[in-house]
Amino acid sequence: MQEACFPDSPSILEMCDIQMHFGGLVALKGIRYTVPPGIIQALIGPNGAGKTTLFHCISGLIQPTFGHVLFEGRQINGMLPHRIARLGISRTFQHVALFKSMTVLENIMLGRHPRTRSGFWATGLRLPAMRREEREIRETARSHLDFVGLGDSANLPAGTLPLGKQKILEIARAMATDPRLLLLDEPAGGLNMRETEVLGELIQRIRACGVTVILVEHDMNLVMEIADRILVLHYGSQLASGTPMEIMDHPEVIEAYLGGG
Amino acid sequence: MNKNDRWAFAGMVLLIAVFPGIALKVKPISHYVDVMIFAGIFSLVSLGLCMLMGYAGQVSMAQAAFFGIGAYSSGILTSRLGWNPWMAMPAGAALSALVAWIIGVPALRLKGHYLAMATLGFGVIVHIVLGEEVKWTGGPSGMVDIPGLKIGGWKLISEVAWYYMIWAVVFLALLFCLHVIHSRVGRGLRAIHEEEMAAESMGVPTARYKVQIFVFSAILSALAGSFYTHYVTCLNPGSFNLMWSIRFVLMVMVGGMQSLWGAILGAVLLTFAGNEWLQVFSDYEILVYGAMLLCVALFLPGGMVSLIPKAIGIFQNVQTSLYKR
Repeated sequence: MQEACFPDSPSILEMCDIQMHFGGLVALKGIRYTVPPGIIQALIGPNGAGKTTLFHCISGLIQPTFGHVLFEGRQINGMLPHRIARLGISRTFQHVALFKSMTVLENIMLGRHPRTRSGFWATGLRLPAMRREEREIRETARSHLDFVGLGDSANLPAGTLPLGKQKILEIARAMATDPRLLLLDEPAGGLNMRETEVLGELIQRIRACGVTVILVEHDMNLVMEIADRILVLHYGSQLASGTPMEIMDHPEVIEAYLGGG
Repeated sequence: MNKNDRWAFAGMVLLIAVFPGIALKVKPISHYVDVMIFAGIFSLVSLGLCMLMGYAGQVSMAQAAFFGIGAYSSGILTSRLGWNPWMAMPAGAALSALVAWIIGVPALRLKGHYLAMATLGFGVIVHIVLGEEVKWTGGPSGMVDIPGLKIGGWKLISEVAWYYMIWAVVFLALLFCLHVIHSRVGRGLRAIHEEEMAAESMGVPTARYKVQIFVFSAILSALAGSFYTHYVTCLNPGSFNLMWSIRFVLMVMVGGMQSLWGAILGAVLLTFAGNEWLQVFSDYEILVYGAMLLCVALFLPGGMVSLIPKAIGIFQNVQTSLYKR
């Protein structure tokens, strides 16, 4: 078990000196940051800053070369992604990764995986406990579908939805796992203004449910409006962090985004 | 099971139930009942393999080896050690499951088609052992005088009795597989097939599911091998070589990879092809199989079963156009 690197502050997620090397390329150069519970934490930075790489490290899809990640005080780097999902971290993907030939409802039902148990033999034999669980999965999935307002698309194949709805569906699927930490990778990418507005409201409702949200996003209006805190990455290093107001006035951030390049 | 599956299941049970009544009345096809017994046995193998290929997205080239493990376990335990066949059958299945687990755990942890490579090697090893290990397996000359099956005090002798027993087992296996597919685990498997990374991130233990399906397919193959042994009552290692593994893969592909119905259809078609229709090609049979594989892969990736909805569509079109007149 690794020591916490921010022992004094309440935190849901701690990243302790995370480095990620891909051969000679250093994608993350030692990220040391803590996220307090119950907030919307934005993660911004130019393309190639290492935002998605950091998400992959947190959700277990890749292992950081150095450093460790603590979720609610527990070390999670080194665990397989499905174990991390069961602990209470869920995510969406930059390029929508829905199960396209499955229906909208089935996609969300799949999200119940870490909270249910029926195994191979129990499902094959249709044991009573499994049938009960299956009913439960269906009902919970329906309520998640209603939560995001996709109730009337339940039986459509997920791949047939327009992009805006697919992005929302992916969030609903992630929420179905009952996460305490939700990682959203560019949820507004490809959305129009109206859709982005709806998305912003949805993310705020998710925070109201007590779920901590980490948001990678390029839409600055959205970020400034809903984020409680912002962390700026630049070429794999932390450039700045603080409230939206602090970040907007930060000279180095302005330099990185507007000038210099 | 959804509504379509229920209708298909009922239709298939009916078809299988009336088949011997018809076939036995018509002289030139009266031996088809015997062919259908083999088709039923091979259907068990193709069902398991279909779950593995169509749903877990992995290929095994060792189904004939698992078939052989089941067959020889039954043969040796009953004829040499005097076990009851019904006891020998689960023993063979358990041995097969254990072996599959030992191969599957390391091979399926890795991404990509390592399982196909590992099973290819393993299949060859099993075939060599069955042929060379003379003391227990009889080596190249095989085994004879293996007892038949009894249910209660009643000996299964007639072909019709065997036919109904085997197909009852096939339907039970099919029902089991359908239940798995339309459930939590089945959704997990389909998710792995479509977006493995997303599936794993949503809590699907991808490696464990793949191993479980592989072990399951090995168990079904071993059971099929045991039934085969007690039906033909003699064994020789030639029935368990790589060619047979390829045939099993072909059954699934010809029938339709993502369909359990297709797996059974494929097993029936290829059994008839092998036992009846392709005899004229004798040594060139393998070429015909190769051509079949190529044609299915190029022109009919959904397999024969994908033709059924199309046929229904055409039928309905014809019907509506007739009504219009």
